[in-house]
Amino acid sequence: MAQLFSRSANTIAKASIYGGAVVAAALGWLVVEAIPRSSYATGKTVVYKQPVPFSHDHHTAGLGIDCRYCHTSVEESAFAGIPPVSTCMNCHKNIWTNAELLEPIRESYRTGVPVQWRRINDLPDFVYFNHSIHVAKGVSCYTCHGPINEMPLVYQHATLQMEWCLSCHRNPEQFVRPRDQVFNWDYEPEGSQEAVGAKLVQEYQIQKLENCSTCHR
Amino acid sequence: MGSPHMGSPEMGWNEQQESPREAGAPGLDLAQVREKLAAAEGPEYWRSIEELADTPEFRDMVHREFPRQASEWPEGVSRRGFLELSAASLALAGLTACTRQPEEKIVPYVRQPEELVPGRPLFYATSMELAGDSLGVLVESHMGRPTKVEGNPEHPASLGATDVFAQASILGLYDPDRSQSVTHLERIATWGDFSTALLGRIQALKALQGEGLRILTQTVLSPTLAAQIEDVLARLPKARWHQWEAAGAHSARAAARAAFGADAAIRYDFAKADVVVALDADFLTSGPGWVRHARAFAGRRKAAWKKGEAKMNRLYAVESSPTVTSTQADHRLALPPQGVAAFAASLAAAVGVPGAAAGDLGAFAQAASWVAAVAEDLKAHRGASIVIAGDCAPPELHVLAHALNEALGNAGATVLYTEPVEARAEDQIASIRGLTEDMRAGKVDTLLILGGNPVYDAPADLGFAEALLKVPFRAHLSMHRDETTAWCPWHLPASHFLEAWSDTRCFDGTAAVVQPLIEPLYPSAKSAHEVMALLGATTDATGYELVRGHWQRTVLAGAGAGFEAAWRKAVHDGVAGVGAAASKAVPVAADAVARACAAARESGGGMALLFRPDPGLYDGRFANNGWLQEVPRPLTKLTWDNALLLSPREAEKLGLATESIAEVAAGGKKLALPVWVLPGHAEGCATVHLGWGRSRAGKVGSGVGVDVYPLRTSAALWQAGGVTITKGSGEHTLASAQTHQDIELQTREATKRHLVRHGTVEQFEKNPHFVGEMGHHTPAADETMYPPHAYNGYSWGLAIDLSSCVGCNACVVACQSENNIPVVGKEQVAGAREMHWIRIDRYFQGDLDDPAVHMQPVMCMHCELAPCEVVCPVAATVHGPEGLNEMVYNRCVGTRYCSNNCPYKVRRFNFLLYSDFETEVLRMAKNPDVTIRSRGVMEKCTYCVQRINLARIDAKREGRKIKDGEVVTACQQACPAEAIVFGDLNDAGSEVNSWKASELNYGLLDDLNTRPRTTYLAKLSNPNPALGGGAAHSSGHEGDH
Repeated sequence: MAQLFSRSANTIAKASIYGGAVVAAALGWLVVEAIPRSSYATGKTVVYKQPVPFSHDHHTAGLGIDCRYCHTSVEESAFAGIPPVSTCMNCHKNIWTNAELLEPIRESYRTGVPVQWRRINDLPDFVYFNHSIHVAKGVSCYTCHGPINEMPLVYQHATLQMEWCLSCHRNPEQFVRPRDQVFNWDYEPEGSQEAVGAKLVQEYQIQKLENCSTCHR
Repeated sequence: MGSPHMGSPEMGWNEQQESPREAGAPGLDLAQVREKLAAAEGPEYWRSIEELADTPEFRDMVHREFPRQASEWPEGVSRRGFLELSAASLALAGLTACTRQPEEKIVPYVRQPEELVPGRPLFYATSMELAGDSLGVLVESHMGRPTKVEGNPEHPASLGATDVFAQASILGLYDPDRSQSVTHLERIATWGDFSTALLGRIQALKALQGEGLRILTQTVLSPTLAAQIEDVLARLPKARWHQWEAAGAHSARAAARAAFGADAAIRYDFAKADVVVALDADFLTSGPGWVRHARAFAGRRKAAWKKGEAKMNRLYAVESSPTVTSTQADHRLALPPQGVAAFAASLAAAVGVPGAAAGDLGAFAQAASWVAAVAEDLKAHRGASIVIAGDCAPPELHVLAHALNEALGNAGATVLYTEPVEARAEDQIASIRGLTEDMRAGKVDTLLILGGNPVYDAPADLGFAEALLKVPFRAHLSMHRDETTAWCPWHLPASHFLEAWSDTRCFDGTAAVVQPLIEPLYPSAKSAHEVMALLGATTDATGYELVRGHWQRTVLAGAGAGFEAAWRKAVHDGVAGVGAAASKAVPVAADAVARACAAARESGGGMALLFRPDPGLYDGRFANNGWLQEVPRPLTKLTWDNALLLSPREAEKLGLATESIAEVAAGGKKLALPVWVLPGHAEGCATVHLGWGRSRAGKVGSGVGVDVYPLRTSAALWQAGGVTITKGSGEHTLASAQTHQDIELQTREATKRHLVRHGTVEQFEKNPHFVGEMGHHTPAADETMYPPHAYNGYSWGLAIDLSSCVGCNACVVACQSENNIPVVGKEQVAGAREMHWIRIDRYFQGDLDDPAVHMQPVMCMHCELAPCEVVCPVAATVHGPEGLNEMVYNRCVGTRYCSNNCPYKVRRFNFLLYSDFETEVLRMAKNPDVTIRSRGVMEKCTYCVQRINLARIDAKREGRKIKDGEVVTACQQACPAEAIVFGDLNDAGSEVNSWKASELNYGLLDDLNTRPRTTYLAKLSNPNPALGGGAAHSSGHEGDH
């Protein structure tokens, strides 16, 4: 009886076994690594349309307005605060009063109906983050929000995944700054970050809080 | 039989509701139970009669932590079906991880209020009224959204504590079933329509000087509302104002008139009372100022172990229906109503009250022996004792209590009399009767019902509803479209007290502003002030202007030009700042005592039916509040139902058992309701609770329980004599939480391992270490295989004083509100799936017919060596660096191993999606600082970790340590009796350490080496040696093992 399979079947069999393993590994990598950490899943660097294309680049890097002019509660509350329309109108009552782009702001101010912004840095509802304590311990806006002062439209700078939070909670010395430099966009550590950071961790009594209830409750 | 959750083991899960029961035949042999209790080796502590009987069904139920449904796989599922399901669920479980976070919006203010910091709550002072009493509260507001009620430390009725009703009022505000619009003949109308119709009517009545205009309110405490009504009455002199409060202080009013010939409010100072005699009085959980009373009373209970303070007080409770107050009693005597009356008369005679004649105690041998001892004790504490009669006690008991207090020199010392706190004290029974008669006679043309639900709760003999139909123009202001709404063409939606300006006065006469926290959720809701303003001189006055104007003219008139500042301060503080009402001397009329004694003698025999306000629904007004429906009633642990409470002997005589149906006939009317056998209930009477069986309460409360108002007549508001109780047919499953989450077989274990520890002051003084000696061997610190945890920072701990806890449930609902705990419904409670993080274990001790009762709140113990932590396969419950046993919801996969391994049974599992994620308005009630748990997740007490975290962050920002008392758990904050203390165990000076240093301190099941961080201070009682051991039954198990 003739052979059912030709000699080449051996190669195909081998190829399909090894190939299968490769495909499985690739799939595994996709499911475990690539997709969860992709910007599709995390929202990192994705730019969304907002009711008004507010530019941090223009207002902060360009005009030099301090973060806290708008985000008033960042030093005392969990929530940094999104400015009320009245804050916008402090200036825009007088400048760019007829700009088409600003009509939603003026309309809100006239009618009392708030502007609805798309939330960009959005933690899951079972995570409780507190801005005030991070600022008080020398974590700069830049550390988490990246070069937000130069963003024409805001996007998420970090993955906001737990491993990212822990990278700092485990090694705060790599990130902390002197308290008076938290809102300084041009900050450069005097010497190596490690040395400055280690000193500040001591000085500010920064704990490496890694237990669950720090953020989850 | 008996308990609802006792399916036989072989029964399929879908059969259990229809399980055949032997109707009416008690499955428990009570005689046998008594024998067991009497036997030397019998159990000392027990939680239910079923437990004592120790039937196979009961064992099975306890064996399964979550009875029936929980561990049952539905029958008829094939292997193939099982595999299909598991494959599908596996695949779907994988997919759920792929959902993306939903898009969220940020909606900032247009103009942000100045004092508001986004993300931080603000607290506003206001007051909550309830049936002629008011409580000052601070309400937590998250960006304009009230989420939690706390007590106002500056308010004399609260001193920082709250009650169960105030805690649950938040849910009442967000009740989705609230009325949202004015309606006329069931069609949507406007306030304009109503105002036009009403004013047309009034115009016509003006010529008649208001003849035919009637206003019906509940008890009015608001000075402004009273002034508004008086103003209308002044302009229309023939108009009349009626009041009706179903569960009001009718007896106290009648007694004040009988005894003093004048109306008076009574103020008690329990802090100064060494001896208290409660005559059918539940003063620790009801009556004006009870929150304050509970604190003062508990202060004197703690005196026994807080050395250096005043000595411990002594409480005698004589009552027919068991009250929460009597669980604190050093001596308790259960007597039928005529027995209580006879006892009071005899006591008055023994103390030497002029005109008193001893009652007939022939039938009550024990009571007779009591009289002399109690009288001696009272006489030994002249000026430092209190005799108090409860709101539900008949007027003659109140008169006798007044006379006793006068004779003992308590009047003016521990008992103060003031002018009435309510705006107009009147005989409300006569008032509602007069109104009904006039309506029937066609004398009423226009009736405004401002709040209340008289069609449901007016005395049955009056025929209020039928008479109401004779009134041509009738309007009803209420928050719900209730029973009365159905009989009134005009329905007016009322605002919640958190939505409108008003004012009120509390038990000691202190005036307070009721400040709104939020605009009315439904814009057409208005307050009674605004409705009355329609009849006033200016029709467009707002509630704010009305209240402010009235205060300027009256309460704060003394401030003169400084009014604005005084007003702002009063609004801010929640109290007027002008002090309490002045006390006055009111002598008891000479013949009043003789008449009261005669009335006591005449009070009839036969079976009596006692009506009591429900500990959750009160008079029915809270029927649509899920928190209050589901809170286990302190003594019965019943939820979602009322029952006929009977003593075990009476039940035996009548052939009734728990859950069998009884037919109760009184005054020609008959009702069928399920029976609950309550140990400690007096014989010769039965108790029913008001507030149930509402037909138009809303989605939650309609049709729940049995309405007993049809049996309640104006002549017998609190107790009806000559009642016949017979066995009905059938059974009704009651959802009681009394044997749920059992710590092993509690019958034996509670006794052997001393879960609740108890002794007398004398015992404690003789041997301060008696509590420690009760327990089994507690392993030493090094007796463990686990490495020790080090605590360099904080180390949290909690202590509960069992001498203070009355089991009022304020902590249970406070925890529910603070921690977003869902309501599960009757079926789920029957399956032991209630979600409360705190359960209050109620133990009976001793005799089946007259047991002592102990309350023990049990929540997560935050064990140092926690059995739950080591069995979690996904590390969803872990030990924190400050000693907390942390629960990580987002990690939990729902194996329930932790709960299985928890010896305290304090973990709760979301078997179904209990939290309501859908109803928009209910979302507003949630605490934003706590995760809302979904299905398949375990949860439990966290020591209010959100509060710890906030305090830690605030302290760190200020570069300091958390101060003692800075972190207050929700249960601790709510507790009227200050029975709970929380703090840092690493802080040597902390209050919690000083409690734990007491010799009374013990850990629950500490022989298991779990090293609980929550510990208990054993309950002490102070029995009178002249009466023997008393209710304490303190057999003092020092040497039993």
